[in-house]
Amino acid sequence: MSFPWANEYKPSNAFTRYLDEKLPLPRFAYNAVGAGYPVPRNLNYFWNFGVLAGVALMVQIVTGIVLAMHYAAESTVAFSSVEHIMRDVNAGWFLRYAHQNGASMFFIVVYTHIFRGLFYGSYKPPREMVWHLGLVIFLLMMATAFMGYVLPWGQMSFWGAKVITGLFGAIPLVGEPIQTWLLGGFAPDNAALNRFFSLHFLLPFVILGVIILHVWALHIPGSSNPTGVEVKTEQDTVPFHPYYTAKDGVGLAVFFLLFAVILFFAPNFLGEPDNYIPANPLATPANIVPEWYFWPFYAILRAFTVDFLFIPAKLLGVLAMFASILLLFFLPWLDTSAVRSGHYRPLFRKFFWFGLIPTIVILGYCGGSHATDGIVLISQIASAYYFAHFLIILPIISRVETTKPLPTSITEAVLGKAPANATLQPAE
Amino acid sequence: MIRIGAFLVGLFFSGWLLVSAAMGAFALVTTPTAPTAEHEFHKPAKDVEFSFDGPAGKFDRAQLQRGLQVFKEVCSACHSLKYVSFRDFKDLGYSEGQVKTIAQTWPAETPSINPDTGEAATRKPNAADKIPSPYPNDIAARAANNNAIPPDLSLMTKARHGGPAYVYSLLTGFQAPPTELKEKFPASMPGKTTHYNPYFANLNLAMAPPLTTEGQVTYGEGAPKPTVDQMAKDVTAFLTWTAEPKLENRKRAGTAAVIFLLIFLGLCIGAYKNVWADKKAHA
Amino acid sequence: MESMASLMEDSATAGEEQGGVRRRDFINVAAASFAGVGAVSIVLPLINQMNPSADVLAEASTEVDLTAIQPGQAIKTIFRKQPLFVRHLTPVEVAEAEKTPTSDLRDPQTLEERTKAGKTQWLVTMGVCTHLGCVPLGAAEGEVKGEFGGYFCPCHGSHYDTAARIRKGPAPRNLEVPPYEFTSDTAILVG
Repeated sequence: MSFPWANEYKPSNAFTRYLDEKLPLPRFAYNAVGAGYPVPRNLNYFWNFGVLAGVALMVQIVTGIVLAMHYAAESTVAFSSVEHIMRDVNAGWFLRYAHQNGASMFFIVVYTHIFRGLFYGSYKPPREMVWHLGLVIFLLMMATAFMGYVLPWGQMSFWGAKVITGLFGAIPLVGEPIQTWLLGGFAPDNAALNRFFSLHFLLPFVILGVIILHVWALHIPGSSNPTGVEVKTEQDTVPFHPYYTAKDGVGLAVFFLLFAVILFFAPNFLGEPDNYIPANPLATPANIVPEWYFWPFYAILRAFTVDFLFIPAKLLGVLAMFASILLLFFLPWLDTSAVRSGHYRPLFRKFFWFGLIPTIVILGYCGGSHATDGIVLISQIASAYYFAHFLIILPIISRVETTKPLPTSITEAVLGKAPANATLQPAE
Repeated sequence: MIRIGAFLVGLFFSGWLLVSAAMGAFALVTTPTAPTAEHEFHKPAKDVEFSFDGPAGKFDRAQLQRGLQVFKEVCSACHSLKYVSFRDFKDLGYSEGQVKTIAQTWPAETPSINPDTGEAATRKPNAADKIPSPYPNDIAARAANNNAIPPDLSLMTKARHGGPAYVYSLLTGFQAPPTELKEKFPASMPGKTTHYNPYFANLNLAMAPPLTTEGQVTYGEGAPKPTVDQMAKDVTAFLTWTAEPKLENRKRAGTAAVIFLLIFLGLCIGAYKNVWADKKAHA
Repeated sequence: MESMASLMEDSATAGEEQGGVRRRDFINVAAASFAGVGAVSIVLPLINQMNPSADVLAEASTEVDLTAIQPGQAIKTIFRKQPLFVRHLTPVEVAEAEKTPTSDLRDPQTLEERTKAGKTQWLVTMGVCTHLGCVPLGAAEGEVKGEFGGYFCPCHGSHYDTAARIRKGPAPRNLEVPPYEFTSDTAILVG
């Protein structure tokens, strides 16, 4: 939006000229995602994941609206209505599995997108707002997914709702009244189910709104790139269309391929068998676990086993679980290195690949397992590293690290490889 | 400022976690948790093959029909199948007339209301009805089964880890408890109303072995012999169908989708290379 | 150095564009078309899911037992969630219906056309007035049968005769005869 060499939108016929005068949507699209948006020419495939997240959201909205035509949010019939969809509704099984596994695809894509941001320093100025809006989207996604999982009213739906709403009871003084207010009762029941359905339908459209703000905030400085060096001249960029529309096509094909393999050949692989048992408030499942994308946070929640002075362990766990996401808001001020991209930060890179990533994988594994003594021990050590990484280690690294010299421009970084590719140039 | 605050918060959380870990490790070492009977004696599901396994799997309709027969003659006395309708049996290869007969000769009847007196009554099911439960409600189910409700079986192969392999292993896994169990964990021996089965998570279940003798169900001409193993396989295949009646549609659609998407991916890669060809060096 | 590189780029681009515009667009068009085909094949199930589901279609047929219906009696039952009138006409009612000239009728149909061969005493019609959809009276004992001895719709005063044909009032057509067959002498399958 702010690059002077950006292509200018030119309406090509009378109708587009008319629209341009009255409601310039085509111009808006051209400047946002068309040939009028200059983008660094060196983006790698990790930059595909923003668009993929948008596509995943659209998949969820479309399948969700269609499922809502057949689902009944009444606790006595909710489970049966889902079975009605699976058995009797035309292509119902496809719609349900698409929505159920689409949520997993959405989180796979968004986590990759977030980790791209962490590695390449996308949260650094001038893009802090993009990062913050992204975190808001992530929190909204988690709320939406949690409520959505309750809707089939299976054993895990009910007991997951019980555990998570129970956490609010840990808040001192006001906790219990808040919990009762949230549930509309003393335990998850019809009141909770109906309000979760209403909110689950609403939030994705709120997410859509925040995404618009997120992309808008991004388009003010423009996209970052793998070197972290800002765009300087026209050579540094290519127009979004057709270069990145073509590249996004490849990404989309891979996304849908993975989605299709999971949906059609392993639709229950990422799920819990217990959710095919109708909710029973009198029988607790052997292992209450949320969906896989919540496992790292669940591990952090369960890692606190010892009260600290007057603070009960349960409350500590809740605070830590929320803190683990909220600390990301402060990242632009915790990591003050002037160098954005992990490519040029050897010490940062080591802690990223050998510290943060293994820790999160381990936390995920622990979150999905029975809370045995051994697992809790591992969770405690891994959670300790997680907090130390962002709150202690990163601030220190960003002060003391010796970074590698940056290229002077994107073009230099890209064409600097040209000698190696000389034989690939077309014959003049 | 922010960094000082962050440092302190980090010190608090990480510090307290490490302290808790140390305390936990100490407790683990000084008072190690006792092994449980389940941990030592529980067995994972057996390896068993079914025609519907794999990306190209299909149901064997003759097997499904035998499985329905086993269900009707053995299991339906205690277990309901409430998400399946009789009309769904057309998928097993039955005609409309045969489906109607199956419905009308089903051991249980559909609850209804007497049209003259208004009292609760039952009537013969018709094809559009769901399969009726053997018990009018949960309380009756408990009363007839030592306070344990026999679970509905419509979704059983999706509702248990191990799926069809687990169901098959359970049905063929009833056995006398090993002597080690009596020695090490006498409290985990089966009681008067429970039966030992190492494939069950808690080792002892309230259901008595349902398939005990060869020929318990009489199969028709040309069918394999109704051994316990065969009947267990057949009813497991049937229950996989009740849980996933659209399995074949799903796998067929999946094959078409994956082939389409592979071609699409190839075309997209081609288009991408084509578009970027003039930018000699690119990511 | 940079400007030379960009000059080389430009000439290379120009060269390719002149010679291979058609060829270079083909793969793009192919990829986009495939995407279009994919999009359409996804839209089809999204639209089809709104068609009646299997359980709704299963209730599309209803059996009616005729043994309890005496001549002069009728029953009201449900077919596809709507009222169905099954009436056992007396010989007098049959004669009345047959002797009406079709020129008198707003919607000309004979009793033969509205019943099965050899079973003209069995009149099976929907119980939905063809004016605006009310349920006419006349099927149950003691209900008003209207001036022509068939059915009477109290909403706007449509009168139907013994063959359920519209004779007076605002309704445009006779009561609809749904598709049905005799499965035996004493039972019919509707739908």
